[in-house]
Amino acid sequence: MRVPTSPNALAGLVLLLNACSSATSTTSTSPKPAEREESEFRSQYASTYQRKTNPPVFIRNATVMTAAGPEMQHASVYFKDGLIVSVGTDTTTPPADATVIDGTGKFVTPGIIDDHSHLGVYAAPGTWAESDGNEATTPVTANVWAEHSFWPQDPDIPLAIAGGITVIQALPGSANLIGGRSATLRLIPSRSVQEMKYPGAPYGLKMACGENPKRVYQRSGPSTRMGNMAGYRAAFIEAEQYRRKWDNWLKNKSGDPPQRDLKLETLADVLRGKILVHNHCYRADEMMQMMDLGKEFGFHIRSFHHVVEGYKIADVLAKEDVAASVWADWWGFKMESFDGVRENAALLQKAGVRAIIHSDSEDGIQRLNQEAAKAMYAGIRAGLGTTREQAIRWITANPAWALGIDSTTGTLEAGKHADVVIWSGDPFSVYSKAERVYNDGWLVYDRNDPAYQPKTDFNLGTGDPGVGR
Amino acid sequence: MRNCLHATALVALTIGIAPVAKAQTIAIQDGTVYPVSGPKIENATVLIKDGRILQVGPSVTVPADATVIDAKGKWVTPGLFHAWTDLGLNEVGSVPQTSEDTKSGDINAAFNVAEGINPQSVFIPVARTDGVTTAVSGPEGGLVAGQALLLDLSGDRIEDLISQNPVAMVVDLTSDSKGTGGGSKAGVYQRLRQLIKDADEYRKRTPDYKKNQMQELSAPAADLEAMQPVLDGRIPLYTIANRQSDIESAVRLAKDYHFKLVIRGGTEAWKVAKLLAAEKVPVVLNPLSDSPNFDGLSPRLDNATILREAGVPVVLIEPDRGNYRNLRFSAGNAVRNGMKWDDALLAITLEPARAMGVDSRYGSLETGKVANVVVWSGDPLDFASAPEHTFIRGVEISKETRQTELLERYKTLPPKY
Repeated sequence: MRVPTSPNALAGLVLLLNACSSATSTTSTSPKPAEREESEFRSQYASTYQRKTNPPVFIRNATVMTAAGPEMQHASVYFKDGLIVSVGTDTTTPPADATVIDGTGKFVTPGIIDDHSHLGVYAAPGTWAESDGNEATTPVTANVWAEHSFWPQDPDIPLAIAGGITVIQALPGSANLIGGRSATLRLIPSRSVQEMKYPGAPYGLKMACGENPKRVYQRSGPSTRMGNMAGYRAAFIEAEQYRRKWDNWLKNKSGDPPQRDLKLETLADVLRGKILVHNHCYRADEMMQMMDLGKEFGFHIRSFHHVVEGYKIADVLAKEDVAASVWADWWGFKMESFDGVRENAALLQKAGVRAIIHSDSEDGIQRLNQEAAKAMYAGIRAGLGTTREQAIRWITANPAWALGIDSTTGTLEAGKHADVVIWSGDPFSVYSKAERVYNDGWLVYDRNDPAYQPKTDFNLGTGDPGVGR
Repeated sequence: MRNCLHATALVALTIGIAPVAKAQTIAIQDGTVYPVSGPKIENATVLIKDGRILQVGPSVTVPADATVIDAKGKWVTPGLFHAWTDLGLNEVGSVPQTSEDTKSGDINAAFNVAEGINPQSVFIPVARTDGVTTAVSGPEGGLVAGQALLLDLSGDRIEDLISQNPVAMVVDLTSDSKGTGGGSKAGVYQRLRQLIKDADEYRKRTPDYKKNQMQELSAPAADLEAMQPVLDGRIPLYTIANRQSDIESAVRLAKDYHFKLVIRGGTEAWKVAKLLAAEKVPVVLNPLSDSPNFDGLSPRLDNATILREAGVPVVLIEPDRGNYRNLRFSAGNAVRNGMKWDDALLAITLEPARAMGVDSRYGSLETGKVANVVVWSGDPLDFASAPEHTFIRGVEISKETRQTELLERYKTLPPKY
């Protein structure tokens, strides 16, 4: 993993991040720190995710796109207890306890990962009541957490599951310079967001450049791009001081601990490299500024998002090891999106950037495979040498990396979580559908079986015919 | 306002015939031709002369002076017809200086967008990169938004682009227009009914109106005048409606006043498929709309399939204003959700032409029709294929767009400034 490590991480602070530091922790098993009762030493909104039991599954004779190597014909995928046991063309007889699925004519891919979603925070039916994505009251709201807005009954969630999505990053909106913490979630029906939180996933921080923050705050500021920059810098200057205070206290443990500040606590963990920065930024020149901001304060931007002009600085993004999360073809809705080209992902890929296709949309997330297909064929037509193996990574392995969970999901490899989609045909064809979606081995969606087509509470009694109809 | 019945400055722009350029003779040879008006023809030729289709079939004699396009192994279809766009009217979404599609006010029947069209819009070449050759472009906002036009997507001047003006009258019956009814849908319908009634009254008693020998009517004369082509059935009332009850109310209104209705949106149209089939009401819809909201709580992805199978004329659109080019993938997705392939192609060619009443000139490869033709590398509805040649009014159009120029500049870094 290339998660930036924090040189000064201290034992006491690990507790602050308990929610995302252990793959198995739940509230009940959280260690209770000795002698202290203050909030900073308690578990912070821990994941209560628990894998559902599901019989082992053996998919045979399918075209398997592992996202870790070449596409395999007549291959099988075997998973058990939520983990992939084997993938390959040489597997012999299926194990006796496995449900055998004939994959003839079908394609198998890793679960699709969308690293830019507002599901749950801008939920359907889209009234004011569900508008919980932008705390647009002041330009720096590093203190807010997307998971505290997230509504697990968003009726758009089952629609995305039916599109093969297994993991999302739910992000705050882009009204603010610093919008708040994101949450990396398993996309499963559940009663609470805690049950969806991907165990062990680091938090992300949403930042936004350009037109949105300078438009929202034009009266009180920032109202210019230089105002935006001054705003980020002021916030991180405070965070540096806060981090120093806490690190000193943790070293000496003498006297009362410093006053907690939620905003600075999050930003300090960005400086410690524990929280990954996800930065909404369209224009090439602005991304250059933001990478300089990172250098000023010693943090690394994990992924730029939207990146309509990414292709203009693909060489720099590759050198700086910043991922680029893009749409396949959105452009023209703002000045900063005026220079869109359909070859963006392919050009980034060619330069060696981790290209990612993201949705930022309750519609797009249902067909991220199609978005990747459009971008892939644009690259092929432009003679950029784009391959299917690259394109499948745009919606699986690469977003897994951006979210810091690539050691456990994002590819079909033995030992990884069984996040698996069976497609009716080539996922890069408009005609193909996700037929079965396994999330951590759990059959969460089956197009041919109404028993596996979850509906949210909101869907009930409204005449909504449900998913995939 | 009673006396402003003067013909508007748009007379020159209202001619209902596409200007046809004197162009060369072109023979698209040996392709698999999908005329849409009939079954596909293998190894067929499409002969184009002076902007019109001269002949289509397996045994067409190609004149010696014809430019020949070898279409062996290629698919040949009519140019795609996008039934709802804002092409030429809006440029960058967030920049009000580039927005021309909305006039303030609730009832804008007299609002004709023609002179707001910008033929130099950089969105037009992008829209046609994937085979869209013809588009309805129209206004939004209020209860009666105004008059939509039909454009062929090629030309330097407004007159060159416009093929039919007006082509439809746009009305919004979604919750977006509630304010125009004083905050209630019932108020919206009362107001619309009154407008139609007054337009009818105005038609019957125009001389009285001019002599001021009539009661006050609910809209200025220009608007009542503009409603006449709707009442005559010359252009459809292009009505945005999603909720089942709104669709039914629109049908009721159309029956009462005998006008031609086209529904756009149609989230819950599948629930009233029988009614729409019986009344022959076309539905213009985005086949990917499936997120519930209070304007339609029961959307479904196979809406188009259900409607088509019930006998409703179905027209498919792609709503992303930067990506009208993706119209063909809307049709592909309709197939994904159960529609027959031929029906999906019909829904982006001939069916929109019929809905807009221009099928004598558009929508299929038939003798005499406007030569909007696309030669595809393969299946036009899937991602792997792309147009190889696109003809608008018999002239092959360039593939160059702002985007191809950006690509060329930045294909290798540092850029070629």
